[in-house]
Amino acid sequence: MTSTNGAGGGGGRQHQASAAGKLPRKRFYRARAHSNPLSDSHFPVPVSPDEFDLSQHYPRYFPGDKAGDGEEAALPPRIRFADVGCGFGGLLVGLSPLFPDTLMIGMELRDKVTEYVKERILALRASNPGQYDNISVVRTNSMKYIPNYFRKAQLTKMFFLFPDPHFKEKNHRRRVISMQLLDEYAYVMEVGGIIYTITDVEELGDWMRSCLEKHPLFEALPEEEIKADPVVKLLSTATEESQKVARNGGQTFHAIFRRISLQEE
Amino acid sequence: MEDTTVEEAEVSSAVEFAPALIAAHPHGNSVAVAIGLELRVFDLRSGCPVSLSDDSGGRSHSGSIRAICFSVSGALFASTGDDKLVKVWKTDSWRCIRTISSEKRVSAVAFSNNDLYITYADKFGVIWLVNLEEDGSGHVSVDIKPVSILGHYCSIITSMKFSPDGRFIATADRDFKIRVTLFPKNPLKGAHEIQSFCLGHTDFVSCIAFTSISENQSFLVSGGGDSTVRLWDYINGCLLDTFEVRDKMGELLEPNDQDDSSQAIADICPSNDGSLIAVAIQGFSGVMLLACDLAGKKLSFRKVITMEKSYIPTSLASSFSSELLWTVMGASNMPSQASSQLLTRLRIIRCFQNDTVSSSDNDPATLEDSEVPHGEKLLMALQGSLDIAKQEEVLASVLSALKVSMHKMLVKKHYSEERREQRKRGRNDKKIKS
Ligand SMILES: C[S@@+](CC[C@H](N)C(=O)[O-])C[C@H]1O[C@@H](n2cnc3c(N)ncnc32)[C@H](O)[C@@H]1O
Repeated sequence: MTSTNGAGGGGGRQHQASAAGKLPRKRFYRARAHSNPLSDSHFPVPVSPDEFDLSQHYPRYFPGDKAGDGEEAALPPRIRFADVGCGFGGLLVGLSPLFPDTLMIGMELRDKVTEYVKERILALRASNPGQYDNISVVRTNSMKYIPNYFRKAQLTKMFFLFPDPHFKEKNHRRRVISMQLLDEYAYVMEVGGIIYTITDVEELGDWMRSCLEKHPLFEALPEEEIKADPVVKLLSTATEESQKVARNGGQTFHAIFRRISLQEE
Repeated sequence: MEDTTVEEAEVSSAVEFAPALIAAHPHGNSVAVAIGLELRVFDLRSGCPVSLSDDSGGRSHSGSIRAICFSVSGALFASTGDDKLVKVWKTDSWRCIRTISSEKRVSAVAFSNNDLYITYADKFGVIWLVNLEEDGSGHVSVDIKPVSILGHYCSIITSMKFSPDGRFIATADRDFKIRVTLFPKNPLKGAHEIQSFCLGHTDFVSCIAFTSISENQSFLVSGGGDSTVRLWDYINGCLLDTFEVRDKMGELLEPNDQDDSSQAIADICPSNDGSLIAVAIQGFSGVMLLACDLAGKKLSFRKVITMEKSYIPTSLASSFSSELLWTVMGASNMPSQASSQLLTRLRIIRCFQNDTVSSSDNDPATLEDSEVPHGEKLLMALQGSLDIAKQEEVLASVLSALKVSMHKMLVKKHYSEERREQRKRGRNDKKIKS
């Protein structure tokens, strides 16, 4: 996808723009004139993916002293995996060494939990130099702001592990998987990308599966592929929630689907 | 100070103000104004006010009308709003042929380009679709269940439009987003494939409009609470140009004329040739015209048309067939407002098109009341009164209510610290004024 705003991760914030050795772009200052662009949220949200500053999240992939504009030809890496409602970040930590060159991000609504994940990743980087540079976390409401972070067809994997069940019927619209929200997930996923969901709540498992089955842009992954996918094992073992469920001997229900292109009859 | 006073008014009253709306028949056959629960239509061909009739078997409007529109063909018209009714009217007879009940209040409405479907947005940000096909004969059909086709999670849709080629449906919301979705051949199964998001506004998006240079190339224009008008390549979700209205107003106006600092965009309306964009600005008495160079993908300042001091348009409209820009001002649901006071003021701008030759004869300008098509008859029908003195009194109160209406309708109920401080300080002013 092309964009007049110029593709590229760097340069959202003032200090980053100068750190990247580029002239600070006026546009950004203008957007910042409003102290908090998304005024009902208490965390900053990028106005668009172009302003999502990756250098702050993955400094090793965005060295500040990059030479002049000539190198812009080499596209900066993009986030490919998103762990939505990542909780304490166990999945990211598990995935990081499996896909050492893939940028991944956790999205988490709770402030304290997000801070914890940040600290955890920094500590891992410090004690394992050269590792865990590809994972990070952002505090956000994934149900409202997914398109502010990712461009069309950018993601190759999305994870929804042990999401909040919201049992009451009138609260079903708060579930992170719904027909409506799947439209947005389909938009940010590339065709062929895979969406992983797992829960220990059977009713929610049925719900997530049926939404995905009904959605014209997703198709169930065949059982053999699920078996062969090294990521699948992590779903029920890597996260804090999954370990809790395992300790209690609980059952889990997964739905793993592929993003397909629309077939109009 | 105005601003803070108004916000206090908002706190003390539970009702929500509803700005007056205007829509023009695409071929110039008629004009409609909505104010409160009243719908006023004037037939421009016969030069007579239209009396509406309803054989849909549904109720008539009992709450403020929040959205009206003509279909592209002009054959259909829709009105909807706080009473959760979506009423579909045939414009040849001005009979209501269908009353659809929504579960929630409705904030936006549109017809698909072939007149086959109507879509409306409820206050949860869900867009519903109803098939109108069976109504071809004019018969009242049983209410087919509306289906939800897409949604903006927990936001409010402020504007909804179909692209000129009918392939896309664009929806704008309070969370700064514009979503462009493919409108499928069979939309009853939902519109799931998002073509793009147009992201760039740093406050609510209040209005969107498509504009085209040729049959197969069109662009999207949007206005928002950030006081910008933006031009988009909506196929790729690319921002092509941003026009900073607030900056321009700063250059044009004396500092003490700018009592209202937000200068949110209230409405936009492209001219039929796509070369001009009319912009209604909160707090500005008049209309700003922008030249829209679609080939060069640029928006530039053309001129402002100032109007009488208390006239701040709430809604704009134009049709394919004429060079008139219709503007209306008014609000309902104001405290201590009798229904007899549901006054609106109408102003019309002629020569709403871009001309390379700029002589005073063909320059956009406001028509005097005596120059308005069908004169007093039309004004009487659409304004509700000809008494300008009375009008002015009412409009002055509308004026302050409107600011609230914008805030209440569109701005989040979250105030920054700074704003809260202002509100506290404003409290005393309020007491003195009222
Ligand atoms: C039950 S926990 C599961 C966490 C993690 N995936 C795991 O398996 O351990 C669900 C998480 O989703 C987060 N969450 C809920 N709604 C969210 C939203 N709208 N955006 C981002 N995170 C959300 C919650 O804060 C919580 O940490």
